[in-house]
Amino acid sequence: MIKKPLLSLLAAAGLALAALPGAAAEGGGHIEDVDFSFEGPFGSFDQHQLQRGLQVYQEVCSACHGIRQVYFRNLGDPGGPELAEEQVRAFTAFYEVEDAETGEFRPAALSDKFPPNTGAGAPDLSLMAKARAGFHGPAGTGINQFVNGIGGPEYIHAILTGYTGETMEQAGVTYYENHAFPSGWISMPPPLMDDAVTYIDGHPADVDHMAEDVSAFLMWTAEPKMMARKDAGLTAVVFLGIFAVLLYLTNKKLWAKVKRKD
Amino acid sequence: MAGIPHEHYEPKTGIEKWLHSRLPVVSLLYDTLMIPTPKNLNWMWIWGIVLVFCLALQIITGIVLVMHYTPHVDHAFDSVEHIMRDVNGGWALRYLHANGASLFFIAVYLHIFRGLYYGSYKAPREITWIIGMLIYLAMMGTAFMGYVLPWGQMSFWGATVITGLFGAVPGVGPAIQEWLLGGPAVANATLNRFFSLHYLLPFVIAGLVIVHVWAFHTTGNNNPTGVEVRRKDIATAKKDTLPFWPYFVIKDLFALVVVLVVFFAIVGFMPNYLGHPDNYIEANPLATPAHIVPEWYFLPFYAMLRAITDDLWIMYLLPFTAKFTGVLVMFGSIAIMALVPWLDTSRVRSGRYRPMFKWWFWLLVLDFFVLMWCGGMPAEEPYSTISVIGTIYWFGYFIVILPLLGILEKPLPVPATIEEDFDAHYPPKANPAE
Repeated sequence: MIKKPLLSLLAAAGLALAALPGAAAEGGGHIEDVDFSFEGPFGSFDQHQLQRGLQVYQEVCSACHGIRQVYFRNLGDPGGPELAEEQVRAFTAFYEVEDAETGEFRPAALSDKFPPNTGAGAPDLSLMAKARAGFHGPAGTGINQFVNGIGGPEYIHAILTGYTGETMEQAGVTYYENHAFPSGWISMPPPLMDDAVTYIDGHPADVDHMAEDVSAFLMWTAEPKMMARKDAGLTAVVFLGIFAVLLYLTNKKLWAKVKRKD
Repeated sequence: MAGIPHEHYEPKTGIEKWLHSRLPVVSLLYDTLMIPTPKNLNWMWIWGIVLVFCLALQIITGIVLVMHYTPHVDHAFDSVEHIMRDVNGGWALRYLHANGASLFFIAVYLHIFRGLYYGSYKAPREITWIIGMLIYLAMMGTAFMGYVLPWGQMSFWGATVITGLFGAVPGVGPAIQEWLLGGPAVANATLNRFFSLHYLLPFVIAGLVIVHVWAFHTTGNNNPTGVEVRRKDIATAKKDTLPFWPYFVIKDLFALVVVLVVFFAIVGFMPNYLGHPDNYIEANPLATPAHIVPEWYFLPFYAMLRAITDDLWIMYLLPFTAKFTGVLVMFGSIAIMALVPWLDTSRVRSGRYRPMFKWWFWLLVLDFFVLMWCGGMPAEEPYSTISVIGTIYWFGYFIVILPLLGILEKPLPVPATIEEDFDAHYPPKANPAE
């Protein structure tokens, strides 16, 4: 489906199937907090980071994983990677999609979604940043999510950087030890290696930075309207806050006589 | 309208008289809005307005969401993502609706515990209380079916677990379960009927809300003292009350807007905090999630359901399976609340004047949160044992403690009138200004 795949060999080999069930291992589920730019009420996506993340997704992850909820046109939407229109068109031209009417492959249009990729049995990544929680504590109450966020992007970052290098084979499937994965062993081979991609903005392309970039990108694919949402939330809170003060004063004046405070 | 004596609407102009003799709608609105309300109501009496707001919010956002949602197992999940991504303001509608359900339950729990503390359920307000419990039941049904509609993993497996409870009924269980699901398992037929009922029930709730309001407008509001408004004549009643408009409308609106500041902060800045990440994975009948957890507002009752296992010695004595006993316990834990008007034997209504009751009441509140925590945890020790203790206390509070307290407890002196209580807080001036 991708005409000119710039694929990492490692990722191409990633026939990620189901996770190893019940492989109890110590050290699973270890997630570190990452200081993303889009966190908190005033945080916003870093367009350059989203563009780098798109590059990592396209050159590495897309070998096995789809992002089937995302339209090509979304790449130019405000609050996203915000590629220029000609860049979006050029990017879209790399793809072919299966036409819903004819069932035949044709060049992708801006109004198409990214083609699904289920060949390797790997999960779709569109919503992955909202479908995983990084933080659960203390004592399973999830209260720390108030401080750290739910931790979906942190989970993705932790998976990508959590490999120890150990492998084991079970029933013909190779599993890779990973501190972040709940069972401690994951069937996805380490997809990133230092300088797997070359960033045109000269940003360091070590595993940690690439993992951060692609995690931020996947947060955007999961929540493309995040910027609009935070803007609206702030407007609502400020407006309602002012309204609350006015109502407080009205109420105080109204009751002053009854409460003999006038 | 029966109840506290107050001035009634008098049609004055010709048009008013014409309308009044044909449809006394202005009179109904006037009497409803001007209802004499105890002037000592505190800030725990604001949750009714918040609940009315929630119902309106859920119905309005829900009706618009339905315009873009597709109730079919192949399309439901993607149609929700379509709403989130492509519908103008769709993300706002959906997050308002999803978090609106949580606000609805926060408000209803505060409203219920307010009633339990101040004895609002006691005579003559039993019917108000029972209608309220029916509203709460309908809310739970609506919320449960609504959670199935996005067709995520928790939607599917939650529906499977909860409908499975009906399958535990001896004999007819499996038949009931199949009838509810529309087939042998949760599938398209289930999604469609849940969608239909999720749309219907809010209007049933709206009808029940009208009856609820009608009932307490007949008896008058309870208040923090639990002392009734004097009803000798209008002048006496006015010493204890103020009209709902404008005093309580403005007060309640202020409280509502403060609540909404928090609500919109959650919708704007952390809309998924109260949701479960697994529901962003499309339903897959072949992959069971590691922990199937209901939404937070069901957790205390879910904990009571799971507290009953074959390991309990009492299960040797009962003729039922542990699962069916758990179902009985879960529904019983709500039914027992509906019976509280007849279980509480105290002559004093308000918990404010009941020194022993207070301790047991706050222990019940703590129990509620402990059970909520256990309900979210895996079904293993120590949570199982804590759930059993929590369940015993929940039932013990209603069946043993409340009946006994009315006999054993020596209540504090109660103010003679609402006016007396109010004047104690806001003393009249010694020399009224000339």
